[in-house]
Amino acid sequence: MAITDIKAFAHLTEADIEMLGQELDAIRRSVELSRGERDAKYIRRTIAAQRGLEVAGRAILFGSRNRWAWLTGTALLSVAKIVENMELGHNISHGQWDWMNDPEIHSTNWEWDQTGPSSQWRRAHNYSHHTYTNVLGKDEDLGFGILRMTRDEPWRRVHLVQPVANLILAATFEWGIALHDWDAEKELSGHPKKWNSEPNKEFARKAARQVAKDFVFYPALTGPAWKSTLKANATANLARNLWAYAVIFCGHFPDGAEKFTVEQLDGETSGEWYLRQMLGSANFKAGPAMAFMSGNLCYQIEHHLFPDLPSNRYAEVAVKVRELCDKYDLPYTTGSLGKQYLLAFRTIHKLALPDKFLKRTADDAPETSSERKFAGITLPSLPTAAQMQETWHDTHIIPVDPATGQRYGLRSAMQEARVVLKAKAKHEKEVLREARRALKEKARQEKQMLREAGVALQERARHEQETLRHKPFWAKATRRFG
Amino acid sequence: MVFKNVREWLEAPAASVAERGGRLNVLRGAVARVTTPLLPDDYLHLANPLWSARELRGRVVEVRKETADSATLVIKPGWGFDFKYQPGQYIGIGILVEGRWHWRSYSLTCPPNWSEPGHGGKRVISIAVKAMPEGFLSSHLVNGVKPGAVIRLQAPQGRFVMSFPPPDKVLFLTAGSGITPVMAMLRGMDRRERVTDVVHLHSARTAEDVMFGNELRALHDRHPSFSTHLHLTGENGKFKLTDLDERFPDWRDRETWACGPAAMLDEIEKHWREAGLSDKLHVERFEAERSAIGEGGTVTFAKSDRSVEVDGATSLLEAGESAGVQMPFGCRMGICQTCVLTLSSGHARDLRNGDEKREGDKVQTCISAAAGDCTLEI
Repeated sequence: MAITDIKAFAHLTEADIEMLGQELDAIRRSVELSRGERDAKYIRRTIAAQRGLEVAGRAILFGSRNRWAWLTGTALLSVAKIVENMELGHNISHGQWDWMNDPEIHSTNWEWDQTGPSSQWRRAHNYSHHTYTNVLGKDEDLGFGILRMTRDEPWRRVHLVQPVANLILAATFEWGIALHDWDAEKELSGHPKKWNSEPNKEFARKAARQVAKDFVFYPALTGPAWKSTLKANATANLARNLWAYAVIFCGHFPDGAEKFTVEQLDGETSGEWYLRQMLGSANFKAGPAMAFMSGNLCYQIEHHLFPDLPSNRYAEVAVKVRELCDKYDLPYTTGSLGKQYLLAFRTIHKLALPDKFLKRTADDAPETSSERKFAGITLPSLPTAAQMQETWHDTHIIPVDPATGQRYGLRSAMQEARVVLKAKAKHEKEVLREARRALKEKARQEKQMLREAGVALQERARHEQETLRHKPFWAKATRRFG
Repeated sequence: MVFKNVREWLEAPAASVAERGGRLNVLRGAVARVTTPLLPDDYLHLANPLWSARELRGRVVEVRKETADSATLVIKPGWGFDFKYQPGQYIGIGILVEGRWHWRSYSLTCPPNWSEPGHGGKRVISIAVKAMPEGFLSSHLVNGVKPGAVIRLQAPQGRFVMSFPPPDKVLFLTAGSGITPVMAMLRGMDRRERVTDVVHLHSARTAEDVMFGNELRALHDRHPSFSTHLHLTGENGKFKLTDLDERFPDWRDRETWACGPAAMLDEIEKHWREAGLSDKLHVERFEAERSAIGEGGTVTFAKSDRSVEVDGATSLLEAGESAGVQMPFGCRMGICQTCVLTLSSGHARDLRNGDEKREGDKVQTCISAAAGDCTLEI
């Protein structure tokens, strides 16, 4: 079971969560107030650079029969597509630049270079995913309907092909997204029966245009180089797909990015919402260049806290968010791109298996844990759940280390739980081994006893025969007739 | 028939880009097929912002001081501007200040098809702006805009116009910057050499505050049938309409155009109504005064033709839903941008931080409330 009670899980009181919310609001406000010329320049330059890259890439591909021209053109086009999707399409559609009041750089009418229409993606992503981040059954981005990414989802036989499904999803990521959003759109509009319904038409129009552009018009335009241009365009799309896939998976599926149940949504306060975003996302470490190429989604935690703040400010926001995590003793899930992806990769492959092959439960699995992880164990420096109920919620006092002033929260709890759970597991194993040894010993003893009894019986029988043989004839006869 | 369909198909992507049909649109449409989802415009305006055909643009070519706190901005419009507007109309302009576009409307002060020798005989337009003490943008326009700045434009509009030929007898009643649309009418009459019997009463605080003073005098010298009467409120207080009979005994015979502060216009409208002359009166109210910024008000949903009275704490989304309007919505907490609508008039306030939104701005209805009467485009 995923997290149902975020307060208990985070080891924070209601008042703490509210304070945390206010501090996050203050970060948001400070960015809002300081948005200005510098940020506007950033997005305008990014747009100009992206257009430049794309034009240059397409132009060079006219000579794509030459090997070097093909490589250069393809590389430029790939970068152009990545920047367009990540830093422009994704972020502008989030309304990150709406504050500029520029009708051309606005969430309501930005169309991106991907198969699915922006409008459908906006509803599925900005609304469903960002409101209900990692809530089972509400956030359709959890596994994109194809992959089982938490043991809360019951295993089905189809999950056996998960390793292959994962590869296909990665290579055709834009189609995965497009179909996913199209589905969401149809659901939102009440599944119109007609084939030429608005969602269908919108989808078909956009997909046809995209396919025609990269696979018909541009190749045709380059004349004799059409074959190599076609290959180049396909390669650029593939590169973009793989990269977008990797960034998204690293932001949501490494260990530490928690899942939640709908119970958590019940009466959720804005502070709890913030907390859910913080605990439900994961970052990866990136320098400025990689941050730019990921659309600053290496700062996925910050993005989920403030999806509509300009992406170029996430780096500075991250410093403040980390400070808050230290202050409230909350985990801040991050790692190298490789590590974060490997964790997600491990989950994908592990959860392809039926539950009977899995050791952990959904409460204490690496890819998802719940407040029940802490039930029944005593953490050395943390109060028990019962104590929490009694003292914390009444007095709103969080345990603080008198020496260092450091609070005890989820991060300490996680660390201690790791040790305690390990010790507990070790202890249980020991007890088990002991019991097994005792059983074995008992069995050995019983066997021994049995053997001895057998020997004794044999001995007795032999003895009886012996005495019988040595008896006088008349004694034998008496016995027979007597 | 087939050809027409092909052409329509080609033109389709550019249909919203440029209203003008023709070969250029076919070409734009054809190019759009390969640049999708971008349009040729997205590339063109990177080279030259004035080439945009998606929306009107202009370049400021001159900033001329009129008084200590007012200036005339001469603007060269970019591709697609229609110079055949009517004197008295206003124009929407968008100015970039610190990364943010601000939209305001200003009356054009120039006659249609106007070219000044100073600008190479090219056709230009002009507006006059008075810096308001609390008006952040008007101050910027008067003191901050440098020639060369690129601005966005919205086509001229407004019904405060003078038809041609002008009426035989005209009365202009203006105050402060209310003189600007009247200036366009006067310059238009002057250019066509058709200055009929025109009297003009202008109120200003002091003589130094009078915009276009020299030009008005020169106009009178050239056309004796035109005269301007100055009323200095700093010395004499507000002009009393009851004095009209004495100053212009024939005011009832004159077609009247009035522009100035809302209170003055209210009085004038009342006076004319009582005299049974409402159809001879034309009034222009400036945008800033068109709606008061307050708490709550009447929210009108333009396309659905509904309206509802709300307080300052009710979100516009809730207001719409209570009035039975099919409002778009998503997260209801201001993060998903699904509920964004255009505020076509009035003001709204962001409930999270108190930021004010005004006419032309796009608002997230789930976290915005009415700040005075306002209208949403839905």
